[in-house]
Amino acid sequence: MKQQYVFGLAALLAILGLSVFAYKWQVLGFPVSKNQETSVWTIESSISFDSGPGSIKVNLLIPTLTPGFRMLNENSVSRGYGFGLNYGSGGRQAQWAIRRANGPQTIYYRISVYEDARADQSDTTPPFPPPPAINEPFKTAVDVIVADVKEHSADTVSFTSELLRRMNNPSPGPNVELLISSAGTRTDFVDSITKILAAARIPARMVHGIELKRRQRNAEMLTWLEVHDGDRWHYFDPMTGDQGLPESFLIWWRGNEPLINVEGGNNVQVGFAVQENHLAAVEIAETKTAQKGANAIDFSLYSLPIQTQAVYSVLLMVPIGALIMVFLRNLIGIDAFGTFMPVLIALAFRETKLFWGVVLFTTLVALGLVIRFLLERLRLLLVPRLSAVLIVVVLLMLIISLVSHRLGMETGLSVALFPMVIIAMTIERMSVVWEERGATEAIRAGLGSLIVAITAYVFMGMQWLEHLIFTFPELLLVVLAIVLLVGRYTGYRLLELSRFKALAGQ
Amino acid sequence: MIFSRAKQLREAGVLGLNERNTDYIMRLNPRRLFPRVDDKALTKELAIAAGMAVPELYGIISNQGEAREFGAIVGERDSFVVKPAQGSGGDGILVITGRSVRRRNSFRLSSGVMISEAEIAHHISNIVSGQYSLSGNPDKALIEYCVRFDPVFAEVSYQGVPDIRVIVYRGYPTMAMVRLPTRASDGKANLHQGAVGAGIDMSTGETLAGVLDNEVVDEHPDTGALVSGLHIPHWDFILQSSARGYDVTELGYLGVDMVIDRELGPLILEMNARPGLNIQIANCTGLATRIARIDEIYDDKATYAVRARVARTEFPAERQTSILFDV
Repeated sequence: MKQQYVFGLAALLAILGLSVFAYKWQVLGFPVSKNQETSVWTIESSISFDSGPGSIKVNLLIPTLTPGFRMLNENSVSRGYGFGLNYGSGGRQAQWAIRRANGPQTIYYRISVYEDARADQSDTTPPFPPPPAINEPFKTAVDVIVADVKEHSADTVSFTSELLRRMNNPSPGPNVELLISSAGTRTDFVDSITKILAAARIPARMVHGIELKRRQRNAEMLTWLEVHDGDRWHYFDPMTGDQGLPESFLIWWRGNEPLINVEGGNNVQVGFAVQENHLAAVEIAETKTAQKGANAIDFSLYSLPIQTQAVYSVLLMVPIGALIMVFLRNLIGIDAFGTFMPVLIALAFRETKLFWGVVLFTTLVALGLVIRFLLERLRLLLVPRLSAVLIVVVLLMLIISLVSHRLGMETGLSVALFPMVIIAMTIERMSVVWEERGATEAIRAGLGSLIVAITAYVFMGMQWLEHLIFTFPELLLVVLAIVLLVGRYTGYRLLELSRFKALAGQ
Repeated sequence: MIFSRAKQLREAGVLGLNERNTDYIMRLNPRRLFPRVDDKALTKELAIAAGMAVPELYGIISNQGEAREFGAIVGERDSFVVKPAQGSGGDGILVITGRSVRRRNSFRLSSGVMISEAEIAHHISNIVSGQYSLSGNPDKALIEYCVRFDPVFAEVSYQGVPDIRVIVYRGYPTMAMVRLPTRASDGKANLHQGAVGAGIDMSTGETLAGVLDNEVVDEHPDTGALVSGLHIPHWDFILQSSARGYDVTELGYLGVDMVIDRELGPLILEMNARPGLNIQIANCTGLATRIARIDEIYDDKATYAVRARVARTEFPAERQTSILFDV
């Protein structure tokens, strides 16, 4: 009956803890490992123009759907301009407006994106394009090319590849030459290809974007070709016919609308600068969570002041120490002084590091014991005697610090981090056991405490574990569940197997 | 290896600490009943009220100021025992077996060492301030009759008082052992401190092989005498007294500690709500098997005499031929 309550409660806690963990990890993207950094690209587009006499309206097409990237944030720097974002036929656009401006103007639009392979934002399936109205003699040329390419292809993708191959042939036929002779720029070239594809009733459009490389002051806007095969979009390099987008290619806008449109200004120049930053994945997850308006961030430890965070990063490891204690006590069967004394000693070891921690702890307890035995002869009452031991422990810590400082061993100074009350109680308990049960028993339990403390230290010092618990404190519910389960464990402790060995195999 | 050993122990019906704590102590021993056994003064009171035999209480010292008055409590008696009312595991017990003829304020401990009256007073004040109490709270010191043990154990104990521990499960005596002090245990009958435990055949009251530090032994380490084959006197009375221990304390999982005085017979020394598990090694038998048997035949109307008789018929020792000595 009770057993089932415990199992039920443990299962409930574990499920709760794990599901919050899974949500934060998978949906909100909190990183499970500490040094997870993500490249964040900041692209700044600067628009400069000379203002005309009247009011000015600026329209800039900005990224809408960006496969391979997720947007972190965007903003605009433009003094005196009204700013707004809206959707146009070419996707999202940023709009600035001002009634009057003097002289050359520069306004900035800045967007930060980070790579995320899962960001597979696909566009809707477009309708079949109407046959374009093309004048003669181009129409005949287009018809001939389309008919010819169709002969040599099987589907949309192979049609596009074949078409691009012909268009880029150094010695193209007269029909192709006629079509590309008027295409001065790469964009014009891709535009004419989309027209030919439209004549073949294949939905196609231009894709303009930037290759995100380390750092570029003047990034080039590249035009790519996008073709829909009725199922999904395919990307082509218009110059080589190779399929796919270049690596780290941020799609800025699609279609054949102009990138920038300035009403009331002239001599328009648009430039793009790219900068890469490395941000801890945690920060990205937080920013994203804040944007989503999810409440998780409100309960995240990262929202606390840095100093409080430092305190909690240590405090949250105490339950891990307690878990180790439970394992060693109830599953292994190691005896130790005090229930949580070893955990507190392990906390001190974090500062002193293991070797010096063990050396200092042993020295302190050994010296304390000697003095405790001397005090025993004075026949003091309990509380004064305990206080005397405590004072002696403090003095010993002071002496160890001073002596080691003199000897140039600065590690000795960290003895001050030992919890002195705990040490004093340990010395008292150990001396009572020593007297009542003999030295063997006292040293055995003392070593047991040290073993537990070292084990707890090893686990509490695991960086990944600390990060995991700090980022996902809900995992402590899982720890609680495990502790509850061990609390109902009725099997043998490991050391009992040898203790009762005389009874085995009868 | 680990699992096969665990399986062997499981088959032998061995009770582990975790199982004892969760399945027996927590289930059968409600915390509110603990003071009945944790406070030896109260235990004694309850036992006397039920008409059971206990060592005579000379006096109780319950605050520091009275510590020096123990001389008045002791009077001219040559032997007595000082113990904390809430001690555990035999800690803090002082056994005085005699005093100097000329200097009356100098006492002899069971170990033969002399101790002054001031030292005893200091010890008592330590007890009163709670050094030996389970919770660390202020405690009381009991001064009581020092048992002069029956010569049956003379050959197999080194100083101190050998005692008999009976595990009583739901009122039924389940398993028993005799604890024999050794030089290592400093005259104390506590297995943790190095005393020898010898199992007892429940049906006959005869001792079986002994256990020392979890190992089976045949002879007492100090005297060299055979531990097994001793016939414990008043066995029926011992079983009945321990069965009555349940009526007095209502603890379903109980350890009753008794001593045999050469004149007064078996006396209840103390009772324990968390009796240890070494008794299994001393008897070479698991407790779980016997507990399961008691659960089968349990009858809540059975009197202590009936329950004691059941223990005699149900739990005869397996003969010693089954013991493995190659451990």
